Amino acid sequence: MQESEELREFVASFSGKIGAPISALRGILESHGYIGEEHVRLVADVFNLSLADVRGIVSFYSDFRTTPRGRKHLRICQAEACQSMGARQLTDDISNALGIELGETRQDGAVSLEAVYCLGLCASGPSAMVNDRILVRVSKEDLLQ
Amino acid sequence: MSLAQVPYETLAIALGANGLADALTARGHRVTRTGSFGLSWLEPMIIIDEIAYGPVAALDQLDEVRLGPIETLPALASQHRLVFDRCGKIDPFDYDATWLRNQLRRTPQEIIEEVKKSGLRGRGGAGFPAHIKWQTVSDTPNEQKYIVVNADEGDSGTFADRLIMEGDPFRLIEGMVLSGHATGASKGIVYLRSEYPVAAEVLGAAIAKAEQLGLLEQFDIEIFIGAGAYICGEETSLLESLEGKRGEVRAKPPVPAISGLHGCPTLVHNVITLCSVPAILDIGGDAYAELGVGASTGTMTFQLAGNIARGGLIELPFGLSMRELIEDWGGGTRSGRPLGAVQIGGPLGAYLFEEQLDTPLTYEDLARLDAGIGHGGLVVFDDTIDLVQQAHYAFAFCAHESCGKCTPCRIGAVRGKEAVASMMTGEYTQEHLQLITELCDVMEEASLCQMGGMTPIPVRSALGLK
Repeated sequence: MQESEELREFVASFSGKIGAPISALRGILESHGYIGEEHVRLVADVFNLSLADVRGIVSFYSDFRTTPRGRKHLRICQAEACQSMGARQLTDDISNALGIELGETRQDGAVSLEAVYCLGLCASGPSAMVNDRILVRVSKEDLLQ
Repeated sequence: MSLAQVPYETLAIALGANGLADALTARGHRVTRTGSFGLSWLEPMIIIDEIAYGPVAALDQLDEVRLGPIETLPALASQHRLVFDRCGKIDPFDYDATWLRNQLRRTPQEIIEEVKKSGLRGRGGAGFPAHIKWQTVSDTPNEQKYIVVNADEGDSGTFADRLIMEGDPFRLIEGMVLSGHATGASKGIVYLRSEYPVAAEVLGAAIAKAEQLGLLEQFDIEIFIGAGAYICGEETSLLESLEGKRGEVRAKPPVPAISGLHGCPTLVHNVITLCSVPAILDIGGDAYAELGVGASTGTMTFQLAGNIARGGLIELPFGLSMRELIEDWGGGTRSGRPLGAVQIGGPLGAYLFEEQLDTPLTYEDLARLDAGIGHGGLVVFDDTIDLVQQAHYAFAFCAHESCGKCTPCRIGAVRGKEAVASMMTGEYTQEHLQLITELCDVMEEASLCQMGGMTPIPVRSALGLK
């Protein structure tokens, strides 16, 4: 109960600011790791939006994941500059090694795999992220470590 | 005590720059965190008492990676850096506001005239003459006007916006403050992609510093962090996003310069466009216009990326050829294999081939090849490129990133992806190619914005279709 009051105040603190619902959802994502149905309801209620509006925002922006990510969260760049340095093969190899496809989290919650479209490190591909750490000229071994 | 400069920049950090900075401090050097010069293959590149070293893996092998005096480093000395003149050299927060204060004494119209004389065109991809937007915002009466910076740099192969925001954020602040003064806007917003946390940190700190210096009394600046949508790089989609909505594009007209954010006159520019303005005012619009070729005036911040031996940022006047950039500057492919193709201008850009490499890099020359310069990114592929797969990706990317508002883009991309997929399994017929051509025609003619309108460019060029 305490937490939900605090969260409501946090969401309300964005009122009147630029792009308020998006920034509020980003804040929730950072503190909770994903956007749950209860968060959608809260944001809709605070900003006087319909549930459809908020669900529409959540589904539009790829940052707004609706399920928790794995404890180890791998993101591999899928864009052209990284493709030219073998990102497709790397993604296939990692996917096979982990037994999950892009966009999936393993059942035990240990690891998740996600696509990212460009980290702006395009002369040092392929690029990837492990949780918040950025890796460049990355190999399968680096990612599976 | 010797002075050491270590970049605080995403790539250099990924390659261990923070550890190097700590180690240099421990050895008694006075360490300044600068930006990067953008020579990606040399990162982390550090400077100790004006001597550059890179790529530095560890301090005990510095002699092996000694590059020489930074001032005469060939890769930098032969560039013509106007936008990036300070980037890499300076402590981004050690800022002297005298120049900016002097410029702000000029009348708004005087500044717009300089921009007009310079011939500056939008560096985000559209290449639209900047001064027309400035004049329109200036001439449209409204109590509230906005400057919106498009820092949603989502094109693969581009990183110039990131480099300047991380290495010389005051360049962007100068551009914003000056454009606000010239157009009568009192509020600036930087729409920054969420993939750039270091840029957000450095730019945010620079804005706080600008406030301390009293530079933001008439004009305030806010950073808005995007949420992972390529389409939000399209200006009307970006405005919708700033209004807290799905980034669905708007029909134009009205153009944002007349009715933009919350219906107010809004100047929307890419980072590099605004960062070119201080240089224009510094050297004068006429002198800027003398650089480059024809209507492609000034310098372009090219970015060499992909399968390239020496990738990075190269700022030069328009007009050099792709071959010079890729072979002379870039040293060819990183894999050492023959070049297969170059995609220029991001995911909506054309694939060009060996026989087209002598084309000069100007808006006009590329237009003759049905290509565009985009944000200046060139992604090099070696001869292992599978062009059918790249055509598939172009449709797939459009299907993934389409905002869904207009049918040609929303449906066309999906049908196109399916048609190319059948080519990949070898089950295609002439009818498939016919279908792809027709889909491309419809997307080009009838899409609401350039997402659907330009997806046919990589598709046609990859498949050799007219």
